[in-house]
Amino acid sequence: MYNFTFHRPTTVRQAAGLLARNPDGKLLAGGHSLLPVMKQRLAQPSALVDLSLVEGMTGVELKGRSVVIGAMTRHADVANSQVLKDVMPGLAAVPGSIGDPQVRNRGTIGGSIANNDPNADYPAACLGLGATIITNKRRIAADDFFTGMFSTALEEGEIIVKISFPVAKKCAYEKFKHPASGFALVGVFVSKRGPDIRVAVTGAGSNGVFRVKSFEEALKKRFSPKSIEGMSIPATGMNADIHASPEYRAHLVAVLARRALAKANA
Amino acid sequence: MSATGIGASVRRKEDFRFITGQGQYTDDVTRPGETRAVFVRSPHAHAKIRSIDVSAAKKMPGVIDVLTGAQLATDKIGNLICGWMIHSKDGSPMKMAAHPALASGKVNCVGDAVAVVIAETIAQGKDAAEKVKVDYEVLPAVVDPAKAQAKGAPQIHPDIVNNTIYQWHLGEKKDVDAAFAAAKHVTRLDIVNNRLVPNAMEPRAALADYDAGTDNLTLWNTSQNPHVARLVISAFIGMAPEHKLRVIAPDVGGGFGSKIFIYPEEVVCLWASRKVKRPVKWTSDRSEAFLTDAHGRDHVTHAEMALDANGKILALRAKTIANLGAYMSTFSSSVPTYLYATLLSGQYNIPSIYCEVDAVYTNTAPVDAYRGAGRPEATFVVERLVEVAARQMGIDPADLRRRNFITAFPHQTPVIMAYDAGDYNASLKKALEIADVKGFAKRKREAARHGKLRGLGYSTYIEACGIAPSQAVGSLGAGVGLWESAEVRVNPTGSVEVLTGSHAHGQGHETTFAQLVSERLGIPFENVSIVHGDTDKVQFGMGTYGSRSGAVGMSAIVKALDKIEIKAKKVAAFMLEAAEGDIEFKDGKFTVAGTDKSAAFGDVALNAYIAHKFTGAELEPGLKETSFYDPTNFTFPAGCHICELDVDIETGKVDIVNWTAVDDFGTIINPMIVEGQVHGGIAQGVGQALMEGAVYDKNGQLVTGSMMDYTMPRAHDLPSFHVGLTETKAPSNPLGMKGCGEAGAIASPAAVINAITDAIGTENIAMPATASAVWTALQKSQAPKAA
Repeated sequence: MYNFTFHRPTTVRQAAGLLARNPDGKLLAGGHSLLPVMKQRLAQPSALVDLSLVEGMTGVELKGRSVVIGAMTRHADVANSQVLKDVMPGLAAVPGSIGDPQVRNRGTIGGSIANNDPNADYPAACLGLGATIITNKRRIAADDFFTGMFSTALEEGEIIVKISFPVAKKCAYEKFKHPASGFALVGVFVSKRGPDIRVAVTGAGSNGVFRVKSFEEALKKRFSPKSIEGMSIPATGMNADIHASPEYRAHLVAVLARRALAKANA
Repeated sequence: MSATGIGASVRRKEDFRFITGQGQYTDDVTRPGETRAVFVRSPHAHAKIRSIDVSAAKKMPGVIDVLTGAQLATDKIGNLICGWMIHSKDGSPMKMAAHPALASGKVNCVGDAVAVVIAETIAQGKDAAEKVKVDYEVLPAVVDPAKAQAKGAPQIHPDIVNNTIYQWHLGEKKDVDAAFAAAKHVTRLDIVNNRLVPNAMEPRAALADYDAGTDNLTLWNTSQNPHVARLVISAFIGMAPEHKLRVIAPDVGGGFGSKIFIYPEEVVCLWASRKVKRPVKWTSDRSEAFLTDAHGRDHVTHAEMALDANGKILALRAKTIANLGAYMSTFSSSVPTYLYATLLSGQYNIPSIYCEVDAVYTNTAPVDAYRGAGRPEATFVVERLVEVAARQMGIDPADLRRRNFITAFPHQTPVIMAYDAGDYNASLKKALEIADVKGFAKRKREAARHGKLRGLGYSTYIEACGIAPSQAVGSLGAGVGLWESAEVRVNPTGSVEVLTGSHAHGQGHETTFAQLVSERLGIPFENVSIVHGDTDKVQFGMGTYGSRSGAVGMSAIVKALDKIEIKAKKVAAFMLEAAEGDIEFKDGKFTVAGTDKSAAFGDVALNAYIAHKFTGAELEPGLKETSFYDPTNFTFPAGCHICELDVDIETGKVDIVNWTAVDDFGTIINPMIVEGQVHGGIAQGVGQALMEGAVYDKNGQLVTGSMMDYTMPRAHDLPSFHVGLTETKAPSNPLGMKGCGEAGAIASPAAVINAITDAIGTENIAMPATASAVWTALQKSQAPKAA
């Protein structure tokens, strides 16, 4: 690890100011992706701006017809939130599937979304529920937020403050874990909120999280595994590595979508 | 049986310090003025070094020195060696390439050390290491053992043609060929035994401390055999005379074979400590461990089995290419030869066997012994062949095994080994009962209703442990004898210290060895200490590997205890004023036969030291005895493992639902520890079968270089094991012990793959059988019928 300066602001405004003064700086929001690459000397931020003491950035709240989660809320706290379990257990299951207890007690929803790892779980939930990412500057629809592998619509100095998830009557997440890392080799989040039907896939695509419009279309008739029986998605555009071929990933998308639908209807 | 004697599941003494963080591992040892070594490693798999410029690095803050291979050569530090000579078929000796501790002129694998920075702190060392400028001329690399011998393949070492180290064989080719020509049935299989990264929990480490006052060197390191390390570092590397070098292997957190070997880093730390006149420490990080710990397995094999119409095995032949990596590690040559081909008879009466092994260099990390070492590879070949033959011939796999079991002992196999005891029918029978194989068909139908393909796989394995009779291994090329030593020191107060040449790195010797002493001397278990891992304390020892600490290490203790009893009886005779021949020793008490006169063990110990009652020079004071025990044969643990698993038809994911292990380890000292060894072994074997696999890309970059890509088995990947035992005593050692450390890792891969292929109806599937691989195989096999 190279030397860096360490800052612990207590307000979002201070944090943004520190980022502006440290163009090579990075926000620390759990650090499970950032710290390992720093330790391996693959990243060299001049400053770390730790968000853990910033006020008002944690908690899970039901606000009208949305669940609003502070960006610095740890995975374990989201997974165990009674509010969330009551209104949308399908979303609570997403952080519950991340990593191991140590990771879940450090990692945060904002950190995960801002990093947009193509195998991360939360992006599927955001896209699969049509969440709104609320920053210190604006509100961004999930459909516009995830712009590709490790890339987002966030601008320089922009900090995610909270994420607002509309409550969906039916939703579920199915994940096939990467055997080594425990990330999603493929993860599928499905939801139905009135006429809005979403199928979002993480892990599989070579360009990060994406929606399966053909499945969504087919599910408009009936939100049921039967509606997409026999359907598949093309292997082109799927990731290829030693752990899975594009064909296998494409196949898993359909399998997991059916399983998620069954779970959402259960 | 006493509560702490032989056969009791005594809780492990050593665990209190381990689980409370009070273990003393090499990295925990600190010396005043300690510096840190940071290695500059090659990012290329194969390259010429045009030049190394250390001038900028030397000027960095905190840097004490930067050293390269050129200085190592100037100081006449010898190369690392492989200590087991193998001769090729044509009689020529194996071709061992030079292996300097720091690369000289050329690098041959990613991670090859080219320079070392000695700095005040690790961070300063790393900063400086980045300033070492190495000008490489990158060369094409070869990583696949099956391609290493091809015409036009990159040549790794000068004068070693086609990267071929040896072309060895064992057995009678013409007998085998004749048997195959006459056979009713031949089963053929192509097998890849996947390369594994050992991943001991504690990474390797070395701390070297040169004392300029005495000219003595001390090395703390993560070694399974500190005396052998000292011998090699003295005699072959020429670091220091043996009596001027002390090697201490303190608490060591797992080895699995990977810490048997002498590695470049400890040599460099010793050398550097003398140069900079300060202690030098290096602790591997996990990334370095992946790149530089000796890997395991990596065989490519074509194997064939000939059978008659009744399923009687007539012959077996195998051709194996073994990847030894970029350099020959300490015992690498023996693993794919005498630890492999000698076990190809399995538990079966096979009249003739012929095996050819080519060992090759590739641009990958060195490969050497890893839990089982050669024997898992052999078991996999035999047990896969038997299973496939049974299916092809329409014979129940258990029955085909039964028809071929060796039932009379001793049994001389056609491949050197003389099995001395065993009952293979007993372990199979017990395993069939525990696994409820009778109820399998019903369970399979039930699983099918849930979209699962259920499969059952056997592995009736054998291994040769208790390594090894020195004369036998000497005749096969070993550079050392494989006996063990023990010294039993009885203190004046009657407590006992046992100094053993065995080395514990997770096995629980402090407990089991104390149980033996407690039982034998009739003294409390708490009054016994086990001392190991320090060449200044223990006179000599061959260390721990090959499941040898019980059969060989404890046998040495037994012999020393016998001598203690003889001497103690002499002391008691003086005390009790009786003839030595009338003294009996039982339950910690010396008695005069036919009288009520007695002396407790502690009183005898005290009298041995005060010597007040001894008359004249007839008896020396003191009570301390030493023994060197050389086994008369290998031991042959054997057993039957049965794996029952489900394959998810939609995803290919394998879920092991039942595991039965029935093992014959001979005498068992501590059943709980033995069971733990079996559990750990199975976990590693299941890891190999389903998850683990070191993958290099064609340029020689390790793709599976971290825990994010290399899959280690986790607790939730495994079911609760059903463990059973049968027992035939090993006749070759006084306790009748056979060894249990490797059995699980040897038995289990074949059981898993036999079960998967049974489930999905294919003949073969490569390891690791990941969900992706199983699903792909399912797509190729005929449409599976789930119901």
